Amino acid sequence: MKRIYMDHAATTPVDKRVLEAMKPFFSDKFGNASSLHTEGQEAREALEKSREKLAYVIGADPKEIIFTSGGTESNNFALKGTAFANKNKGRHIITTKIEHDCVLNSARWLEKQGFDVTYLPVDSYGMVNTNELERAIRDDTILISIMHANNEIGTIEPIEDIAKIAKEHNIYLHTDAVQTVGKIKIDVKKLGVDMLSMSSHKIYGPKGVGALFIRGGTKIGPLLHGGGHERNMRSGTENVVGIVGMAEAAKIANREMQTVMPRITKFRDKLIRELLNIPNSYLSGHPEKRLPINASFYFKFIEGESLILKLDDRGIAASTGSACSSKSLKPSHVLLAIGLKPEEAHGSLRLTLGKENTEEDVSYTIKAVSESVEELRKMSPFKKTFEKVE
Amino acid sequence: MYSEKVMKLFRHPHNMGKIENPDGLGKVGNPVCGDVMYIYIKVGKNKEGKDIIEDIKFETFGCVAAIATSSMITDLAKGKTLEEAEKITRDDVADCLEGLPPIKMHCSNLAADGLKAAIADYRKKRQAK
Repeated sequence: MKRIYMDHAATTPVDKRVLEAMKPFFSDKFGNASSLHTEGQEAREALEKSREKLAYVIGADPKEIIFTSGGTESNNFALKGTAFANKNKGRHIITTKIEHDCVLNSARWLEKQGFDVTYLPVDSYGMVNTNELERAIRDDTILISIMHANNEIGTIEPIEDIAKIAKEHNIYLHTDAVQTVGKIKIDVKKLGVDMLSMSSHKIYGPKGVGALFIRGGTKIGPLLHGGGHERNMRSGTENVVGIVGMAEAAKIANREMQTVMPRITKFRDKLIRELLNIPNSYLSGHPEKRLPINASFYFKFIEGESLILKLDDRGIAASTGSACSSKSLKPSHVLLAIGLKPEEAHGSLRLTLGKENTEEDVSYTIKAVSESVEELRKMSPFKKTFEKVE
Repeated sequence: MYSEKVMKLFRHPHNMGKIENPDGLGKVGNPVCGDVMYIYIKVGKNKEGKDIIEDIKFETFGCVAAIATSSMITDLAKGKTLEEAEKITRDDVADCLEGLPPIKMHCSNLAADGLKAAIADYRKKRQAK
């Protein structure tokens, strides 16, 4: 059976051109970028060229890019590195209730270390309210961390407005841009952020590599101590092959954005339009301010894990925020934060498009989702309302 | 993650649906937790005149494990006397399914409880008559 991959917010395949760019750096150009000899200098050159390529994509200076092991490390680095480096100035951090777990759990860990964290609520579209942000700011606030776009529901946050507020109050602003890099045009100067997290495997690059943009002059300390790599900000022999792949992936995504994203946006809108024709189906996230790749829904009276496996049987890879599919058995914190009841969050479905998806894939997916929802509803005791069970 | 047996019953569940005017109805689970089962039974008599489960059907809102256990309990209970059916445990259901992921053993393995609730409902109704 033909497989249709619709889970690009989870990960993407490595673009063949990216793979070609990486290949020489496994066995032939294997040097350690810290070595003085020819092999080492070859690796160093590739590393610095990659840094320039990635910096160009987001409008940064190459010196402002620190390579990491991925989005999780970049977010940990931004939060913990800034918190500890600025703890004499203050101990208050502001973030939101809908951040990725790596931000939320870093923030919770910082609370245990004596920092104070405010988790801003969001509206039913998943939008942060800038007035609420302003009200949350205190004299001892040192960092605001708000994601650029949400990974589950696709809502794009008003980072430029948030940046103005942060600047006014002289507070560092970090944004987790793992979902937006390569999908919407990013210029760190225009966005006005001090730090921005990126991940390679969300943009057709390899897994295990990411980066953090740190605006020059930002006070931050490293997470990893060692041989002083990455300007003393991230020790450990550089993952040259991964970094080369990430930079090439970012370059391609940036160059092809104007042709790929309008097509994907059309597919997204078709998915949304058609799937909302299913009775008792709802869109999650903002109707307009959303990632071009993200179509998120919830269907009442069915459970998401069952839906995902029904779709898998039909050749489609998708994901859900249902508790039954998670390790914790709790429904997605994002869906609860936008006001869904747990029983509604259980019926969630996230379809995230990629450049290899076709018009036929989209039509087939619409049919498959409609059929699967119908099959599961036939099985469900709930048809019109959720009845309370004693 | 799931055994072949679980996936088979998830794909093609047995005895799925509703019995109109059932002799007993067991409702277990909680929509907030993501699993709710309705077990419908029709009670008849065997040759010895004992109450048996003549027909049994289920309706389930829930994950793959919830659906597969529902289907399994209907197969296990059909034709059994009420006394025998009542003795079917959660572990029996899981064993017949070649096991369930540990995390699903508690929350989604409700079918045995559903059947017990249906039998209790039948007895309650009969006493009321």
